[in-house]
Amino acid sequence: MSIIINGSPASLPDDPRVSLLDLLREHLHLFGAKKGCDQGACGACTVLVDGERVLSCLTLAVQLEGRSVTTIEGLATAHGLHPLQKAFVEHDGFQCGYCTPGQICSAVGMADEVRRCVPSHATADLTADTISLSHDELRERMSGNLCRCGAYNGIVVAIARTFEEAQP
Amino acid sequence: MMSFTYARAHDALEAFRLGSAPGAKYLGGGTNLVDLMRETIEQPSTLVDVTGLSSEIEERADGSLLIGAAARNTALASHRAVRTRYPVLARAITAGASAQIRNMATVGGNMLQRTRCSYFYDDAARCNKRSPGQGCDAAEGFNRNHAILGASSSCFATHPSDMCVALAALDAVVHVRGTNGERTLPFAELHRLPDDRPDLDTRLAPGELITAVELPALKDGARSTYRKVRDRASYAFALVSVAAALELDGDRVKEVRIALGGVAHKPWRAAKAEQALRGQPATAENFRAAAAAELADAHPLRDNAFKVELARRTIAAVLDELKEMKA
Repeated sequence: MSIIINGSPASLPDDPRVSLLDLLREHLHLFGAKKGCDQGACGACTVLVDGERVLSCLTLAVQLEGRSVTTIEGLATAHGLHPLQKAFVEHDGFQCGYCTPGQICSAVGMADEVRRCVPSHATADLTADTISLSHDELRERMSGNLCRCGAYNGIVVAIARTFEEAQP
Repeated sequence: MMSFTYARAHDALEAFRLGSAPGAKYLGGGTNLVDLMRETIEQPSTLVDVTGLSSEIEERADGSLLIGAAARNTALASHRAVRTRYPVLARAITAGASAQIRNMATVGGNMLQRTRCSYFYDDAARCNKRSPGQGCDAAEGFNRNHAILGASSSCFATHPSDMCVALAALDAVVHVRGTNGERTLPFAELHRLPDDRPDLDTRLAPGELITAVELPALKDGARSTYRKVRDRASYAFALVSVAAALELDGDRVKEVRIALGGVAHKPWRAAKAEQALRGQPATAENFRAAAAAELADAHPLRDNAFKVELARRTIAAVLDELKEMKA
């Protein structure tokens, strides 16, 4: 029974009670994903499973046999930080930093959802085949990630700059 | 969290065999069940993981849609047939939870999620849904979020789902596997009103497994949408929500279907409002009168009388919007 974490195989826990978040933090000592509420309200534990953003606190690790998980530790490469990580630094996308790994993983997943035309509550035309990442779309799509410092303005700018530039 | 054994089902037959054992529960995305287990409100001895069962969304020749219960909420809202033919469903799903949770949550699990009544979650409070016969602290407590329709003296909890309000309006059909093989039941019959057994959310027999949900074709020309009123603009449960589909014949209402969320123990089909509107001129005045007819039976509590007027206005506003919408 194994799972891929940031490209490397890891063993799944014997105890099915272990959440993906506890597997990452307590078993593998990857402390990027944070335990904020541990009940699905804050988004600080957001990671990517096969590229889709999920809450690791409500995911039982045992459900993810053979799946591939990317955490904040897996976003940077040998060539440096992920463009969104750089943008968070450049645009003051944080104060205390506790929500930041979740914000960044969430935004990476979000950008992919926009590319795949996944609708949101802010999507005016459900029949359109493309969605552009407007200010309202961005804020609605990121509503699952709370920032108690209120660094939202910087967060929104960092995400908008990164993914607007990435759009063709 | 109490300890349990975990088993992954490969097909519905195996799932039912494992899941019909005493103490077993089915596990979808876990977004509600894992939380309830951590709070020890749910204490299953076995979890049967059904996320490997059918998640297919099949467009059928008769115009209906068959949705495997393991389909994720995001996948359903994103499906082209849902976006174009059942906008009420895509709108309801995207109004619920957060993107992360919609990516995890399955359609079957969404239907079987439990109330978010704070007294249900608080084991220092009395709750007939959590501990039958104990009493209900919501009755005299902070009950701003609670039910105004169909409640009993034993429970004032509301059903939390947005998706289910759309399914109620769409006359969905639930496919279930049980002891005698497959059966179907109208979606309206899946969830119960609390009466004196609020511990029972649904009419499913113990061990029965939801395998799919079927959406009958929505008539050509029928317009549909979902409106959710909540305390903040995103990521909050409904105070009141309305799912509606409207079919006009000239200036008259040919067919209308309305369901309400946030007001009752189950997604509330507004049959009285529908009855008042069929065949009548589609006017703002008639929309308001129909909404008032539906809410005539409302019994608000200390803190939630505002929901009665809010529901009336939201119904009327949604019908106005549908009337003006291009078919």
